[in-house]
Amino acid sequence: MLFNFANVLTFIVFGAVFVGINITLSRILQARNPHPVKLSTYECGELPEGDSWIQFNIRFYVIALIFLIFEVEIVFLFPWATVFKELGLFAFVEMMIFVFILLVGLAYVWVKGDLEWDKSTAVPDPALAPSAARQELTEAIAS
Amino acid sequence: MPVLNANLTLQAAQFANLPETLQTILFMVLGAAIFAGAAAVLALVGVYLERKISAHMQDRVGPMEVNTEIPVLKNIGHGWAQTLADALKLLIKEDIVPAEADKKLHLMAPFIVFAATLAGFSVLPFGPGLVASDLNVGLFYIIAISSFVVIGIILAGWSSNNKWSLLGAMRSAAQIVSFEIPASLALLVVIMAVGSLNLGDIVAAQAGGIHKWLIWWYPPFNILAFFVFFVASLAELNRAPFDMPEAESEIVAGFHTEYSGMKWAMFFLAEYANMFLVGVIIATLFLGGWTSPFGDFLNSGPFPVFWVTLKAFIVIFVQIWLRWTLPRVRVDQLMYTSWKVLTPFAFVAMVGAGIWMML
Repeated sequence: MLFNFANVLTFIVFGAVFVGINITLSRILQARNPHPVKLSTYECGELPEGDSWIQFNIRFYVIALIFLIFEVEIVFLFPWATVFKELGLFAFVEMMIFVFILLVGLAYVWVKGDLEWDKSTAVPDPALAPSAARQELTEAIAS
Repeated sequence: MPVLNANLTLQAAQFANLPETLQTILFMVLGAAIFAGAAAVLALVGVYLERKISAHMQDRVGPMEVNTEIPVLKNIGHGWAQTLADALKLLIKEDIVPAEADKKLHLMAPFIVFAATLAGFSVLPFGPGLVASDLNVGLFYIIAISSFVVIGIILAGWSSNNKWSLLGAMRSAAQIVSFEIPASLALLVVIMAVGSLNLGDIVAAQAGGIHKWLIWWYPPFNILAFFVFFVASLAELNRAPFDMPEAESEIVAGFHTEYSGMKWAMFFLAEYANMFLVGVIIATLFLGGWTSPFGDFLNSGPFPVFWVTLKAFIVIFVQIWLRWTLPRVRVDQLMYTSWKVLTPFAFVAMVGAGIWMML
Protein backbone atom coordinates (compact mmCIF):
# COMPACT_ATOMS: atom_id res chain seq x y z
CA MET A 1 0.00 0.00 0.00
CA LEU A 2 2.76 2.40 0.95
CA PHE A 3 4.54 1.50 -2.26
CA ASN A 4 1.46 2.60 -4.20
CA PHE A 5 1.48 6.00 -2.53
CA ALA A 6 5.19 6.33 -3.30
CA ASN A 7 4.22 5.77 -6.91
CA VAL A 8 1.70 8.59 -6.70
CA LEU A 9 4.45 10.83 -5.33
CA THR A 10 6.63 9.87 -8.30
CA PHE A 11 3.87 11.03 -10.62
CA ILE A 12 3.55 14.38 -8.86
CA VAL A 13 7.33 14.93 -8.85
CA PHE A 14 7.56 13.81 -12.46
CA GLY A 15 4.78 16.20 -13.48
CA ALA A 16 6.61 19.10 -11.85
CA VAL A 17 9.93 18.05 -13.44
CA PHE A 18 8.24 17.76 -16.85
CA VAL A 19 6.95 21.35 -16.59
CA GLY A 20 10.35 22.49 -15.31
CA ILE A 21 12.21 20.92 -18.23
CA ASN A 22 9.83 22.41 -20.77
CA ILE A 23 9.97 25.90 -19.30
CA THR A 24 13.77 25.79 -19.00
CA LEU A 25 14.14 24.53 -22.56
CA SER A 26 11.85 27.26 -23.79
CA ARG A 27 13.83 29.84 -21.80
CA ILE A 28 17.05 28.72 -23.54
CA LEU A 29 15.54 28.71 -27.03
CA GLN A 30 13.36 31.82 -26.94
CA ALA A 31 14.28 35.36 -27.91
CA ARG A 32 13.93 37.74 -24.99
CA ASN A 33 13.23 41.29 -25.89
CA PRO A 34 11.48 43.00 -22.98
CA HIS A 35 9.92 46.42 -23.35
CA PRO A 36 8.03 48.44 -20.70
CA VAL A 37 4.89 48.56 -22.83
CA LYS A 38 5.05 44.87 -23.60
CA LEU A 39 5.43 44.09 -19.90
CA SER A 40 2.50 46.24 -18.84
CA THR A 41 -0.67 44.54 -17.64
CA TYR A 42 -3.16 43.78 -20.41
CA GLU A 43 -6.30 45.83 -20.23
CA CYS A 44 -7.67 45.92 -23.77
CA GLY A 45 -4.86 48.18 -24.95
CA GLU A 46 -5.59 50.92 -22.40
CA LEU A 47 -3.21 51.88 -19.63
CA PRO A 48 -4.05 49.69 -16.65
CA GLU A 49 -6.34 51.46 -14.22
CA GLY A 50 -5.22 50.82 -10.64
CA ASP A 51 -4.24 47.57 -9.03
CA SER A 52 -6.27 44.37 -9.20
CA TRP A 53 -5.17 43.17 -5.77
CA ILE A 54 -8.22 44.65 -4.18
CA GLN A 55 -11.14 43.49 -2.08
CA PHE A 56 -13.79 42.20 -4.42
CA ASN A 57 -17.26 40.78 -4.08
CA ILE A 58 -16.72 37.07 -4.32
CA ARG A 59 -20.48 36.41 -4.17
CA PHE A 60 -19.56 33.12 -2.85
CA TYR A 61 -19.30 33.17 0.89
CA VAL A 62 -22.53 31.34 1.58
CA ILE A 63 -22.08 28.90 -1.29
CA ALA A 64 -18.59 28.12 0.00
CA LEU A 65 -20.09 27.28 3.38
CA ILE A 66 -22.76 25.05 1.80
CA PHE A 67 -20.04 23.39 -0.24
CA LEU A 68 -18.06 22.71 2.91
CA ILE A 69 -21.05 21.09 4.61
CA PHE A 70 -21.85 18.90 1.62
CA GLU A 71 -18.23 17.95 1.11
CA VAL A 72 -17.93 16.81 4.72
CA GLU A 73 -21.15 14.87 4.24
CA ILE A 74 -19.69 13.16 1.17
CA VAL A 75 -16.58 12.25 3.12
CA PHE A 76 -18.89 10.43 5.55
CA LEU A 77 -20.87 8.84 2.74
CA PHE A 78 -17.89 7.30 0.93
CA PRO A 79 -16.89 4.70 3.56
CA TRP A 80 -20.55 3.91 4.16
CA ALA A 81 -21.16 3.37 0.43
CA THR A 82 -18.20 0.99 0.22
CA VAL A 83 -19.57 -1.45 2.79
CA PHE A 84 -23.27 -0.64 2.83
CA LYS A 85 -24.40 -3.96 1.31
CA GLU A 86 -22.88 -5.81 4.26
CA LEU A 87 -24.24 -3.38 6.84
CA GLY A 88 -27.83 -4.03 5.86
CA LEU A 89 -31.08 -2.14 6.30
CA PHE A 90 -30.34 -0.48 9.63
CA ALA A 91 -27.27 1.43 8.36
CA PHE A 92 -29.15 2.33 5.17
CA VAL A 93 -32.08 3.87 7.04
CA GLU A 94 -29.72 5.69 9.37
CA MET A 95 -27.76 7.16 6.46
CA MET A 96 -30.99 8.18 4.73
CA ILE A 97 -31.95 10.16 7.85
CA PHE A 98 -28.52 11.84 7.74
CA VAL A 99 -28.98 12.68 4.05
CA PHE A 100 -32.51 13.91 4.70
CA ILE A 101 -31.31 16.40 7.34
CA LEU A 102 -28.82 17.81 4.84
CA LEU A 103 -31.46 17.99 2.14
CA VAL A 104 -33.60 20.05 4.51
CA GLY A 105 -30.58 22.34 4.82
CA LEU A 106 -30.32 22.59 1.04
CA ALA A 107 -34.05 23.37 0.78
CA TYR A 108 -33.60 26.07 3.45
CA VAL A 109 -30.79 27.91 1.63
CA TRP A 110 -32.69 27.50 -1.62
CA VAL A 111 -35.81 29.17 -0.18
CA LYS A 112 -33.72 31.87 1.49
CA GLY A 113 -32.22 32.70 -1.90
CA ASP A 114 -28.60 32.09 -1.00
CA LEU A 115 -28.10 29.97 -4.09
CA GLU A 116 -28.81 32.95 -6.35
CA TRP A 117 -25.75 34.38 -8.05
CA ASP A 118 -27.40 37.68 -8.90
CA LYS A 119 -28.32 39.28 -5.58
CA SER A 120 -28.85 42.80 -6.84
CA THR A 121 -31.90 44.44 -5.28
CA ALA A 122 -31.24 47.93 -6.63
CA VAL A 123 -34.06 49.57 -8.61
CA PRO A 124 -33.03 50.75 -12.10
CA ASP A 125 -31.95 54.39 -12.18
CA PRO A 126 -34.73 56.46 -13.89
CA ALA A 127 -32.06 58.73 -15.37
CA LEU A 128 -30.72 55.78 -17.34
CA ALA A 129 -34.13 54.80 -18.73
CA PRO A 130 -34.73 55.56 -22.42
CA SER A 131 -36.36 58.94 -23.00
CA ALA A 132 -39.98 59.28 -24.16
CA ALA A 133 -38.85 60.43 -27.59
CA ARG A 134 -36.60 57.42 -27.99
CA GLN A 135 -39.37 55.07 -26.91
CA GLU A 136 -41.72 56.62 -29.44
CA LEU A 137 -39.09 56.14 -32.10
CA THR A 138 -38.62 52.50 -31.11
CA GLU A 139 -42.34 51.90 -31.27
CA ALA A 140 -42.57 53.67 -34.63
CA ILE A 141 -39.83 51.43 -36.00
CA ALA A 142 -41.49 48.36 -34.54
CA SER A 143 -44.87 49.20 -36.08
CA MET B 1 17.61 -7.16 -34.58
CA PRO B 2 19.54 -10.00 -32.84
CA VAL B 3 22.16 -7.43 -31.79
CA LEU B 4 19.46 -5.28 -30.27
CA ASN B 5 17.93 -8.29 -28.53
CA ALA B 6 21.26 -9.32 -27.07
CA ASN B 7 21.80 -5.78 -25.93
CA LEU B 8 18.40 -5.69 -24.25
CA THR B 9 19.01 -9.02 -22.52
CA LEU B 10 22.34 -7.71 -21.27
CA GLN B 11 20.69 -4.58 -19.96
CA ALA B 12 17.94 -6.62 -18.29
CA ALA B 13 20.61 -8.73 -16.59
CA GLN B 14 22.39 -5.61 -15.41
CA PHE B 15 19.07 -4.25 -14.15
CA ALA B 16 18.48 -7.43 -12.15
CA ASN B 17 21.88 -7.03 -10.47
CA LEU B 18 21.01 -3.62 -9.04
CA PRO B 19 19.95 -3.35 -5.39
CA GLU B 20 16.25 -3.90 -4.87
CA THR B 21 15.42 -0.39 -3.65
CA LEU B 22 17.14 1.16 -6.65
CA GLN B 23 15.27 -1.24 -8.93
CA THR B 24 11.97 -0.19 -7.40
CA ILE B 25 12.77 3.49 -7.73
CA LEU B 26 13.94 3.09 -11.34
CA PHE B 27 10.78 1.12 -12.11
CA MET B 28 8.60 3.84 -10.60
CA VAL B 29 10.35 6.66 -12.44
CA LEU B 30 10.16 4.73 -15.70
CA GLY B 31 6.44 4.09 -15.18
CA ALA B 32 5.77 7.74 -14.42
CA ALA B 33 7.80 8.76 -17.47
CA ILE B 34 5.78 6.46 -19.74
CA PHE B 35 2.48 7.73 -18.35
CA ALA B 36 3.57 11.38 -18.57
CA GLY B 37 4.71 10.86 -22.14
CA ALA B 38 1.43 9.14 -22.98
CA ALA B 39 -0.54 11.96 -21.36
CA ALA B 40 1.36 14.57 -23.38
CA VAL B 41 0.93 12.65 -26.65
CA LEU B 42 -2.78 12.00 -26.02
CA ALA B 43 -3.28 15.66 -25.17
CA LEU B 44 -1.69 16.60 -28.51
CA VAL B 45 -3.97 14.12 -30.29
CA GLY B 46 -6.86 15.77 -28.46
CA VAL B 47 -5.81 19.21 -29.69
CA TYR B 48 -5.65 17.96 -33.27
CA LEU B 49 -9.02 16.24 -32.93
CA GLU B 50 -10.57 19.43 -31.60
CA ARG B 51 -9.30 21.41 -34.59
CA LYS B 52 -10.47 18.86 -37.12
CA ILE B 53 -13.83 18.01 -35.56
CA SER B 54 -14.73 21.66 -35.09
CA ALA B 55 -13.69 22.34 -38.69
CA HIS B 56 -15.92 19.57 -40.04
CA MET B 57 -18.83 20.65 -37.86
CA GLN B 58 -18.58 24.14 -39.28
CA ASP B 59 -18.19 22.87 -42.85
CA ARG B 60 -14.61 23.99 -43.36
CA VAL B 61 -11.41 21.99 -43.72
CA GLY B 62 -9.26 23.16 -40.82
CA PRO B 63 -5.45 23.10 -40.95
CA MET B 64 -4.39 21.34 -44.17
CA GLU B 65 -0.94 22.71 -45.00
CA VAL B 66 1.59 21.62 -42.39
CA ASN B 67 3.32 18.47 -43.59
CA THR B 68 6.80 16.98 -43.92
CA GLU B 69 8.93 15.73 -46.78
CA ILE B 70 9.46 12.34 -45.09
CA PRO B 71 8.09 9.87 -47.68
CA VAL B 72 5.68 7.76 -45.61
CA LEU B 73 4.40 10.57 -43.41
CA LYS B 74 3.91 12.87 -46.38
CA ASN B 75 0.96 10.79 -47.59
CA ILE B 76 -1.03 11.20 -44.39
CA GLY B 77 -1.75 14.80 -45.31
CA HIS B 78 -4.63 16.66 -43.68
CA GLY B 79 -2.18 18.99 -41.94
CA TRP B 80 -1.34 16.31 -39.39
CA ALA B 81 1.88 18.10 -38.35
CA GLN B 82 -0.01 21.24 -37.30
CA THR B 83 0.04 20.27 -33.62
CA LEU B 84 3.78 19.59 -33.72
CA ALA B 85 4.31 22.95 -35.38
CA ASP B 86 2.23 24.57 -32.65
CA ALA B 87 4.34 22.89 -29.97
CA LEU B 88 7.55 24.11 -31.64
CA LYS B 89 6.16 27.62 -31.94
CA LEU B 90 5.22 27.68 -28.28
CA LEU B 91 8.66 26.39 -27.33
CA ILE B 92 10.50 29.29 -28.97
CA LYS B 93 7.93 31.95 -28.12
CA GLU B 94 8.91 34.74 -25.77
CA ASP B 95 7.66 34.30 -22.24
CA ILE B 96 6.15 37.61 -21.16
CA VAL B 97 5.65 38.12 -17.43
CA PRO B 98 3.93 41.42 -16.60
CA ALA B 99 6.08 43.80 -14.57
CA GLU B 100 3.26 44.18 -12.05
CA ALA B 101 2.79 40.45 -11.50
CA ASP B 102 3.88 38.37 -8.54
CA LYS B 103 6.58 36.51 -10.44
CA LYS B 104 7.09 33.57 -8.09
CA LEU B 105 3.41 32.66 -7.91
CA HIS B 106 3.08 33.33 -11.63
CA LEU B 107 5.72 30.68 -12.28
CA MET B 108 4.35 28.28 -9.68
CA ALA B 109 0.80 28.03 -11.09
CA PRO B 110 1.50 25.89 -14.20
CA PHE B 111 3.54 23.49 -12.06
CA ILE B 112 0.63 22.88 -9.69
CA VAL B 113 -1.95 22.52 -12.46
CA PHE B 114 0.07 20.06 -14.51
CA ALA B 115 1.40 18.01 -11.58
CA ALA B 116 -2.12 17.62 -10.16
CA THR B 117 -3.45 16.55 -13.56
CA LEU B 118 -0.69 14.02 -14.09
CA ALA B 119 -1.11 12.66 -10.56
CA GLY B 120 -4.68 11.70 -11.50
CA PHE B 121 -3.31 9.39 -14.20
CA SER B 122 -1.52 7.21 -11.65
CA VAL B 123 -4.62 5.22 -10.63
CA LEU B 124 -6.23 4.73 -14.05
CA PRO B 125 -6.41 1.07 -15.09
CA PHE B 126 -5.49 0.52 -18.75
CA GLY B 127 -5.71 -3.27 -18.66
CA PRO B 128 -5.60 -6.22 -16.29
CA GLY B 129 -2.80 -5.29 -13.87
CA LEU B 130 -1.79 -2.41 -16.12
CA VAL B 131 -2.10 0.35 -13.54
CA ALA B 132 0.69 2.50 -12.15
CA SER B 133 -0.61 2.64 -8.61
CA ASP B 134 -3.33 0.19 -7.57
CA LEU B 135 -4.73 2.25 -4.68
CA ASN B 136 -7.61 0.76 -2.72
CA VAL B 137 -9.03 4.29 -2.34
CA GLY B 138 -8.58 5.05 -6.07
CA LEU B 139 -11.81 6.91 -6.75
CA PHE B 140 -11.58 9.00 -3.58
CA TYR B 141 -7.99 9.84 -4.46
CA ILE B 142 -9.04 11.08 -7.91
CA ILE B 143 -11.66 13.41 -6.40
CA ALA B 144 -9.08 14.74 -3.94
CA ILE B 145 -6.23 15.25 -6.38
CA SER B 146 -8.37 16.79 -9.12
CA SER B 147 -9.42 19.54 -6.68
CA PHE B 148 -5.79 20.64 -6.55
CA VAL B 149 -6.09 22.10 -10.03
CA VAL B 150 -8.27 24.90 -8.69
CA ILE B 151 -5.44 26.06 -6.40
CA GLY B 152 -3.19 26.47 -9.43
CA ILE B 153 -5.93 28.35 -11.27
CA ILE B 154 -6.54 30.78 -8.40
CA LEU B 155 -2.79 31.27 -8.06
CA ALA B 156 -2.51 32.05 -11.77
CA GLY B 157 -5.41 34.50 -11.65
CA TRP B 158 -4.29 36.31 -8.52
CA SER B 159 -0.57 36.51 -9.34
CA SER B 160 -1.16 38.01 -12.81
CA ASN B 161 -2.46 41.23 -11.23
CA ASN B 162 -4.93 41.56 -14.06
CA LYS B 163 -8.66 42.13 -13.66
CA TRP B 164 -9.63 39.60 -16.31
CA SER B 165 -7.42 36.96 -14.73
CA LEU B 166 -8.88 37.63 -11.32
CA LEU B 167 -12.46 37.39 -12.58
CA GLY B 168 -11.69 34.20 -14.48
CA ALA B 169 -10.01 32.59 -11.49
CA MET B 170 -12.88 33.55 -9.20
CA ARG B 171 -15.45 32.12 -11.57
CA SER B 172 -13.40 28.99 -12.00
CA ALA B 173 -13.14 28.42 -8.25
CA ALA B 174 -16.89 28.93 -7.81
CA GLN B 175 -17.61 26.55 -10.66
CA ILE B 176 -15.26 23.72 -9.75
CA VAL B 177 -16.31 23.84 -6.10
CA SER B 178 -20.03 23.83 -6.95
CA PHE B 179 -19.88 20.99 -9.45
CA GLU B 180 -17.78 18.78 -7.23
CA ILE B 181 -20.86 18.03 -5.08
CA PRO B 182 -23.04 16.46 -7.83
CA ALA B 183 -20.00 14.72 -9.34
CA SER B 184 -19.06 13.09 -6.04
CA LEU B 185 -22.67 12.13 -5.33
CA ALA B 186 -22.96 10.50 -8.75
CA LEU B 187 -19.80 8.51 -8.04
CA LEU B 188 -21.40 7.23 -4.83
CA VAL B 189 -23.93 5.29 -6.93
CA VAL B 190 -21.08 3.37 -8.57
CA ILE B 191 -19.35 2.75 -5.26
CA MET B 192 -22.55 1.48 -3.65
CA ALA B 193 -23.19 -0.87 -6.58
CA VAL B 194 -19.68 -2.34 -6.63
CA GLY B 195 -18.72 -2.01 -2.97
CA SER B 196 -15.17 -0.89 -3.65
CA LEU B 197 -13.23 2.31 -4.29
CA ASN B 198 -10.60 0.47 -6.30
CA LEU B 199 -10.91 1.20 -10.03
CA GLY B 200 -9.70 -2.31 -10.92
CA ASP B 201 -12.52 -3.86 -8.88
CA ILE B 202 -15.04 -1.55 -10.52
CA VAL B 203 -13.91 -2.72 -13.98
CA ALA B 204 -13.91 -6.37 -12.89
CA ALA B 205 -17.55 -6.03 -11.78
CA GLN B 206 -18.49 -5.03 -15.34
CA ALA B 207 -16.69 -7.85 -17.18
CA GLY B 208 -18.65 -9.90 -19.70
CA GLY B 209 -19.92 -7.56 -22.38
CA ILE B 210 -21.89 -4.43 -23.07
CA HIS B 211 -25.00 -5.51 -21.11
CA LYS B 212 -22.95 -5.80 -17.89
CA TRP B 213 -21.80 -2.17 -17.92
CA LEU B 214 -22.59 -0.17 -14.80
CA ILE B 215 -24.62 2.34 -16.78
CA TRP B 216 -27.35 -0.33 -17.19
CA TRP B 217 -27.50 -1.34 -13.51
CA TYR B 218 -30.54 -0.30 -11.43
CA PRO B 219 -32.29 1.59 -14.23
CA PRO B 220 -32.96 4.47 -14.39
CA PHE B 221 -30.78 5.51 -11.46
CA ASN B 222 -27.37 4.62 -12.90
CA ILE B 223 -28.10 6.29 -16.21
CA LEU B 224 -29.16 9.37 -14.25
CA ALA B 225 -25.90 9.22 -12.28
CA PHE B 226 -23.99 8.89 -15.54
CA PHE B 227 -25.58 12.02 -16.99
CA VAL B 228 -25.09 13.98 -13.77
CA PHE B 229 -21.43 12.99 -13.68
CA PHE B 230 -20.94 13.78 -17.37
CA VAL B 231 -22.42 17.28 -17.08
CA ALA B 232 -20.57 17.98 -13.82
CA SER B 233 -17.29 16.80 -15.31
CA LEU B 234 -17.79 19.15 -18.27
CA ALA B 235 -18.07 21.99 -15.78
CA GLU B 236 -15.07 20.82 -13.78
CA LEU B 237 -13.03 20.73 -16.98
CA ASN B 238 -14.14 24.30 -17.77
CA ARG B 239 -15.40 22.96 -21.08
CA ALA B 240 -18.22 24.48 -23.11
CA PRO B 241 -21.08 25.09 -22.44
CA PHE B 242 -19.62 25.80 -19.00
CA ASP B 243 -16.41 27.55 -20.12
CA MET B 244 -17.21 30.70 -18.14
CA PRO B 245 -13.68 31.02 -16.70
CA GLU B 246 -12.29 31.40 -20.23
CA ALA B 247 -15.19 33.17 -21.90
CA GLU B 248 -13.39 35.10 -24.65
CA SER B 249 -16.25 37.45 -25.32
CA GLU B 250 -16.43 38.59 -21.68
CA ILE B 251 -13.11 38.24 -19.90
CA VAL B 252 -10.50 37.81 -22.66
CA ALA B 253 -8.86 34.49 -21.69
CA GLY B 254 -9.74 34.30 -18.02
CA PHE B 255 -7.08 33.12 -15.62
CA HIS B 256 -4.40 32.67 -18.31
CA THR B 257 -4.71 36.11 -19.91
CA GLU B 258 -1.20 37.06 -18.81
CA TYR B 259 0.43 33.76 -19.74
CA SER B 260 2.35 33.17 -22.94
CA GLY B 261 4.76 30.70 -24.45
CA MET B 262 5.54 27.48 -22.63
CA LYS B 263 3.77 28.40 -19.38
CA TRP B 264 0.54 28.89 -21.30
CA ALA B 265 1.20 25.67 -23.21
CA MET B 266 1.36 23.83 -19.89
CA PHE B 267 -2.15 25.05 -18.96
CA PHE B 268 -3.34 24.02 -22.40
CA LEU B 269 -1.71 20.60 -22.18
CA ALA B 270 -3.13 20.08 -18.70
CA GLU B 271 -6.60 20.95 -19.99
CA TYR B 272 -6.49 18.35 -22.75
CA ALA B 273 -4.82 15.78 -20.49
CA ASN B 274 -7.68 16.42 -18.07
CA MET B 275 -10.20 15.74 -20.84
CA PHE B 276 -8.56 12.39 -21.43
CA LEU B 277 -8.49 11.72 -17.67
CA VAL B 278 -12.22 12.34 -17.42
CA GLY B 279 -12.77 10.22 -20.53
CA VAL B 280 -10.99 7.26 -18.94
CA ILE B 281 -12.80 7.79 -15.62
CA ILE B 282 -16.22 7.79 -17.32
CA ALA B 283 -15.22 4.74 -19.40
CA THR B 284 -14.01 2.93 -16.27
CA LEU B 285 -16.96 3.76 -14.04
CA PHE B 286 -19.88 3.44 -16.42
CA LEU B 287 -18.75 1.94 -19.74
CA GLY B 288 -16.89 -1.20 -18.73
CA GLY B 289 -13.35 0.19 -18.60
CA TRP B 290 -10.85 -1.99 -20.42
CA THR B 291 -13.22 -4.93 -20.89
CA SER B 292 -14.43 -5.72 -24.38
CA PRO B 293 -18.06 -4.85 -25.22
CA PHE B 294 -18.36 -8.35 -26.80
CA GLY B 295 -17.72 -10.51 -23.74
CA ASP B 296 -14.60 -12.65 -24.14
CA PHE B 297 -14.23 -11.74 -27.82
CA LEU B 298 -11.12 -9.53 -28.39
CA ASN B 299 -10.51 -9.23 -24.69
CA SER B 300 -6.85 -10.16 -24.36
CA GLY B 301 -3.40 -9.08 -25.49
CA PRO B 302 -3.28 -5.41 -26.46
CA PHE B 303 -7.06 -5.11 -26.74
CA PRO B 304 -7.81 -3.87 -23.18
CA VAL B 305 -5.67 -0.78 -23.83
CA PHE B 306 -7.38 -0.33 -27.17
CA TRP B 307 -10.88 -0.56 -25.69
CA VAL B 308 -10.31 1.88 -22.84
CA THR B 309 -8.60 4.37 -25.17
CA LEU B 310 -11.41 4.05 -27.70
CA LYS B 311 -14.07 4.60 -25.05
CA ALA B 312 -12.18 7.58 -23.67
CA PHE B 313 -11.90 9.12 -27.11
CA ILE B 314 -15.61 8.60 -27.72
CA VAL B 315 -16.27 10.56 -24.52
CA ILE B 316 -13.80 13.26 -25.69
CA PHE B 317 -15.59 13.37 -29.04
CA VAL B 318 -18.90 14.03 -27.28
CA GLN B 319 -17.24 16.79 -25.23
CA ILE B 320 -15.93 18.45 -28.41
CA TRP B 321 -19.27 17.94 -30.14
CA LEU B 322 -21.07 19.70 -27.28
CA ARG B 323 -18.60 22.57 -27.40
CA TRP B 324 -19.40 23.31 -31.04
CA THR B 325 -23.13 22.81 -30.61
CA LEU B 326 -24.25 24.60 -27.45
CA PRO B 327 -23.94 28.29 -26.64
CA ARG B 328 -22.17 29.32 -23.46
CA VAL B 329 -24.34 29.66 -20.35
CA ARG B 330 -24.31 32.66 -18.00
CA VAL B 331 -22.70 32.56 -14.55
CA ASP B 332 -26.03 32.58 -12.72
CA GLN B 333 -27.35 29.82 -15.00
CA LEU B 334 -24.22 27.85 -14.17
CA MET B 335 -24.87 28.06 -10.45
CA TYR B 336 -28.51 27.21 -11.07
CA THR B 337 -27.48 24.06 -12.98
CA SER B 338 -25.21 22.89 -10.23
CA TRP B 339 -27.22 23.51 -7.08
CA LYS B 340 -30.82 23.37 -8.25
CA VAL B 341 -30.69 20.73 -11.00
CA LEU B 342 -27.72 18.41 -10.71
CA THR B 343 -27.45 18.15 -6.92
CA PRO B 344 -31.13 17.15 -6.39
CA PHE B 345 -30.94 14.69 -9.29
CA ALA B 346 -27.74 13.21 -7.90
CA PHE B 347 -29.49 12.69 -4.56
CA VAL B 348 -32.42 11.03 -6.34
CA ALA B 349 -30.02 8.69 -8.14
CA MET B 350 -28.16 7.84 -4.94
CA VAL B 351 -31.22 7.22 -2.76
CA GLY B 352 -33.06 5.41 -5.55
CA ALA B 353 -30.20 3.06 -6.30
CA GLY B 354 -29.74 2.47 -2.56
CA ILE B 355 -33.40 1.49 -2.08
CA TRP B 356 -33.20 -0.80 -5.14
CA MET B 357 -30.12 -2.51 -3.71
CA MET B 358 -31.84 -2.96 -0.34
CA LEU B 359 -34.90 -4.67 -1.88
